[in-house]
Amino acid sequence: MATQTERTAVREEEIPLKAIKAIKFSILSPDVIRSMSVMEITTSETYDEAGRPMVGGLMDRRLGVIEPGARCETCGNPPDRCPGHFGRIELARPVIHVEYSKYIHDLLRTTCRECGRILLSDDEIDKYRKRLERLRARWKLLADRLIERIRKKAMERTVCPHCGAKQYKIRFERPYTFYEEKENGVLEKLDPMKIRERLEKIPDGDLELLGWDPKVARPEWAVLTVLPVPPPQVRPSIQLETGQRSEDDLTHKLVDIVRVNEKLRTAIESGAPSSVVDQLWDLLQYHVATYFNNELPNLPPVKHRSGRPLKTLAQRLKGKEGRFRGSLSGKRVDFSARTVISPDPNLSINEVGVPIDVAKVLTVPMTVTEWNIDIARQLVLNGPEIWPGANYVIYPDGRRVDLRYFRDRRELANKLAPGFIIERHVMDGDIVLFNRQPSLHRMSMMGHLVRVLPGRTFRLHLAVCPPYNADFDGDEMNLHVPQNEEARAEARTLMIVQNHIITPRYGGPIIGARQDYITGGYLLTRKDSFVNKELLMYLLAAANYDGEIEEPAIMHPKELWTGKQIVSMLLPKDLNWVQPTAIKERCKDPYNCYTDEYIIVVNGYMATGVLDKKSIGAEQVDSLWHVIVKRYGNDYARKWVDSILRALLRFLDLRGFTMGIDSLEMPPESYKELEKLYEDSERKVFEYIQRFREGKLEAEPGLTVEETLENDITIELSRVREAAARVAEKYINKDGDAYIMAKTGARGSIVNITQMVAMLGQQTIRGERFKRGFSNRTTAHFEPGDLGPMAKGFVKNNFKSGLTPLEFFFHAAGGRDGLVDTAVRTAQSGYMQRRLINALQDIYVTYDGTVRNASGSIIQTKYAEDGIDVSKSDHGRLNIDEILRRAGLSG
Amino acid sequence: MSSKRRRKSEERFKRILEHEYMPKAEIVPKEEVKEILKQLNAKVFQLPWIRASDPLVRAIGARPGNVIRIIRKSDTAGEFVTYRFVVPG
Repeated sequence: MATQTERTAVREEEIPLKAIKAIKFSILSPDVIRSMSVMEITTSETYDEAGRPMVGGLMDRRLGVIEPGARCETCGNPPDRCPGHFGRIELARPVIHVEYSKYIHDLLRTTCRECGRILLSDDEIDKYRKRLERLRARWKLLADRLIERIRKKAMERTVCPHCGAKQYKIRFERPYTFYEEKENGVLEKLDPMKIRERLEKIPDGDLELLGWDPKVARPEWAVLTVLPVPPPQVRPSIQLETGQRSEDDLTHKLVDIVRVNEKLRTAIESGAPSSVVDQLWDLLQYHVATYFNNELPNLPPVKHRSGRPLKTLAQRLKGKEGRFRGSLSGKRVDFSARTVISPDPNLSINEVGVPIDVAKVLTVPMTVTEWNIDIARQLVLNGPEIWPGANYVIYPDGRRVDLRYFRDRRELANKLAPGFIIERHVMDGDIVLFNRQPSLHRMSMMGHLVRVLPGRTFRLHLAVCPPYNADFDGDEMNLHVPQNEEARAEARTLMIVQNHIITPRYGGPIIGARQDYITGGYLLTRKDSFVNKELLMYLLAAANYDGEIEEPAIMHPKELWTGKQIVSMLLPKDLNWVQPTAIKERCKDPYNCYTDEYIIVVNGYMATGVLDKKSIGAEQVDSLWHVIVKRYGNDYARKWVDSILRALLRFLDLRGFTMGIDSLEMPPESYKELEKLYEDSERKVFEYIQRFREGKLEAEPGLTVEETLENDITIELSRVREAAARVAEKYINKDGDAYIMAKTGARGSIVNITQMVAMLGQQTIRGERFKRGFSNRTTAHFEPGDLGPMAKGFVKNNFKSGLTPLEFFFHAAGGRDGLVDTAVRTAQSGYMQRRLINALQDIYVTYDGTVRNASGSIIQTKYAEDGIDVSKSDHGRLNIDEILRRAGLSG
Repeated sequence: MSSKRRRKSEERFKRILEHEYMPKAEIVPKEEVKEILKQLNAKVFQLPWIRASDPLVRAIGARPGNVIRIIRKSDTAGEFVTYRFVVPG
């Protein structure tokens, strides 16, 4: 507690602010490494027998301490105040820093092996230096390109223009070996010592031409003579339950380096044969290289005893779990919750149902004022166990009281005064952010209003499933509670669901009716659908309607209203709209159609047509729903969709809707027709095969004869399936539930119905007929070389009649292939999306209509070349008719 | 390389302009450049770059430092006029 108050004592305003102007990366010089190190590591032992850190070892107390109670021998501070201090290892022989080997290679190729000058004549040097100076001022990218050119030019030289020495080709073998190729093709190894000598000789002026800044990065520093050792804070050891100590991967690696270094030193000092020294030197190079990066090409990674590769410096930074993506860009947050989602059609699309158990944990800070003090007292009294209550009380002096452990809440409640802050439970009407992964677009995280409900799941309205791409087969979603007024205001005005009905992708509504709502809309507005007074009241009550009730369409013998009348009552009174419906078939003229194939709304009165996917569905442009959102605004649209969807679902509830096999009945003659279709087609396929066997089949351009045959057969077989679909559509019961759903767009399609009642059709693997399995045949049930429909995965049966065992196998195999395909596709498109976002993230459209990047350079002189804001357009186009209508220039 | 030979090889690039997929391009006169930049609220180097070695640039004979105007067909806008800043390379 003491440390906490200490930390909060430093207020944010008191922290001095500084703006970063530039970042410069440079190479640590040996001098810097030595001056920042507090000690040299001289022994590879880490602890002695008593378990105390060895003096001069990798866990030396002078490097800093992490065990509680100990004091740092360098700064004298306890662990929580000691930042740790670097040490160093003096290498017996220099080694190359692997991550710089590419640049070392470049330098070796562009400078003289004798005098160290750049391989350019003095005239050229002068010319390039002048040009470079000019470009460096403002044309950073051009300067980089010029440096590239200078390098290429210098690399081409074979004789030094300064000392006349002949240059040899430098061969670089990844990751850190260099050879010099002599005249007779003999390769001579360049050891790091020789390389370092050469790099030392390069004058500062020449380095500048090659893009180096010798003030902060001399090239010889890329060949290490001394290695910095990070303090134990960077590589803490873990105490296992068994009391054993387990060291960090970095410590292991450093121990290896120190041990080999010691061996190398004694070998050199005792005058061991050069082959032994070279061998140890190479081993040291290997250990230092893998200390930086354990995933180098052509090098075996260092492994733990268990076989797990060690995580060294580069591995700590790289990739998804690395320091950048995992620790700096990715944060774990408080005030969040995650659970399974389930539907609730009675909520508004703006709301989210939050379980009481969740509501008792998530809190909102509420400042006590004169006006809410009574509520605040009651909340504190209720405490953390009763919802709505409070979990914490914060005194004006910043003291925090946890109500879970506070005995006399009554007294505390009485003490409350303006200026106190209580962290109260979330309550109805609070704004929260709701999110489902993968968060692919901005509608993946929207603001919802809380509705605390019993149960254990988050509840959401079915119409907001499309933006989240959610269903209820076990999906989980996340919820976040904004903690200050600014965040709440932002969520309420920018993120709330109703402001995202229109997707910025193409300007159409992404939120809208689906599935049962569409069935309900169709059944209610169908011509034969009448509603008596009782039902009318039910439906209008569900819609929360409080206007006038229209005169019934039929007065006698009973008062009956049409379904269209109910929809009319809910429509705005100044709406005029004409559009085709999903069941449109023959009609061309909306005003001359007697089969309800067009919706005609005159002054808010629905004259003809039915509601279906085309008019109230999600992701439909130029629909009744789209027009309501655009003309009447988000707020009206939300209220409208809340009420009409509730009415439609209530109607469907009371009427009842289900799908059984009776909706898939077809007369016997239809099956005769299907049989004949298949037989004709099979005969045709066998004819093709016959002709192929006789060699009479001619290859189509660009195809072999076999491919031509395969093509012809595929076309023929897909033709049968289409013919079967027509038969199915002809004979299927038009009032059947399955057909209604398919036709109105609620669920399924004519293809699905065909597969159920008529013919499943060709099963494919990777878009082709089956060809895998035994040699020349798919299964042992066929003759080798059988090319007929059945042998290659054609299913002539349907789901209702049942599949033969062979057909079942083909269908299962095809299904598996599809599953694998989707899995692969999502992975690939996910990675593509990541790359796209990274490439595009700071490109923006300016107020003058140009598209620019972070530096203000122009990417496009006009956004998309037409300057249209897609989110306010209809599928990327201007809707001239709508503009004229709004300007009052057309009827 | 003699300037004569170079000019001759530059000459050959003119033929690519005849292809129907090539956008129309021209060098913007120095006086106009200022106006265009003002219109776009940009400095010259903020325009998209095009290398002097680009066949189109060589065909119309633009040199580094020039601004060229490109008139091309566009799916969204029919015909679109844009600018490139010629850089060495």
